[in-house]
Amino acid sequence: MTLHVDATLLPSRRRALQLAGFAAFAAVLAPRMSLATEAQVAEEMKKLFGSKALGEGKVKLDVPEIAENGLVVPINIDVDSPMTDADFVKSVHVFADGNPLPQVVTYHFTPESGKASASTRMRLAQTQNVIAVAEMSSGALFSARSQVKVTIGGCGG
Amino acid sequence: MAIKSAPRVRVPAQAKAGEIIEIKTLISHEMESGQRKDAAGKTVPRDIINTFEASFNGKPFFKAEWFPSISANPFQSFFYKAKESGEFTFSWKDDAGAEQKAVAKLTVA
Repeated sequence: MTLHVDATLLPSRRRALQLAGFAAFAAVLAPRMSLATEAQVAEEMKKLFGSKALGEGKVKLDVPEIAENGLVVPINIDVDSPMTDADFVKSVHVFADGNPLPQVVTYHFTPESGKASASTRMRLAQTQNVIAVAEMSSGALFSARSQVKVTIGGCGG
Repeated sequence: MAIKSAPRVRVPAQAKAGEIIEIKTLISHEMESGQRKDAAGKTVPRDIINTFEASFNGKPFFKAEWFPSISANPFQSFFYKAKESGEFTFSWKDDAGAEQKAVAKLTVA
């Protein structure tokens, strides 16, 4: 944080102290929480999947375009798969790149699931991208992303 | 916070063999994210349900790992391909080590 001090104010020690006090106050308020970045999400994905390429398609990520309340944002995931013993969706990882912690949920499916689909509700701290990555039984990865505009952040602030 | 009230589960009572049925669950829990500060400025420690698991006749078929980004009173819906009559078991485990269970019967005609 930089403070621009007007030269005319400099002689006053009291003024300087006031400014210092204000700066300390602002510093307490400003970094309420550190939010994740896209780079952090990329790093998290690298830990989980290595350097495997992400395919497009197959994953349907259903989130609202605009969420009025970031505390409760519905999310539905639907992955296109026959869900047989030979070919099924093993897991789905969901990330939010603007939350304090980028991971949201990880689902583990089996052929008995019949359908690789699940819904839940999540918190979003601010307007950001939601990313879903599906891992098939063959090891192939597919992803989808969608931006959610958040009017009131849901981060216990 | 330990898990307080009984979870709610909605499962169809009957299904045809091969039918894919939807299961909806809801449990009451604060899902304290560990990001929040109290009035004194101290961080409120994280306490969330971190694992939800569904089994049929003892065999697990769906698992969700929840992170602090999941909303309070977590809702979860998912699917199951009905084959035979039996019983579902659902389990929620939180950071404090508390576990809550629910069961539901399914009749396959």
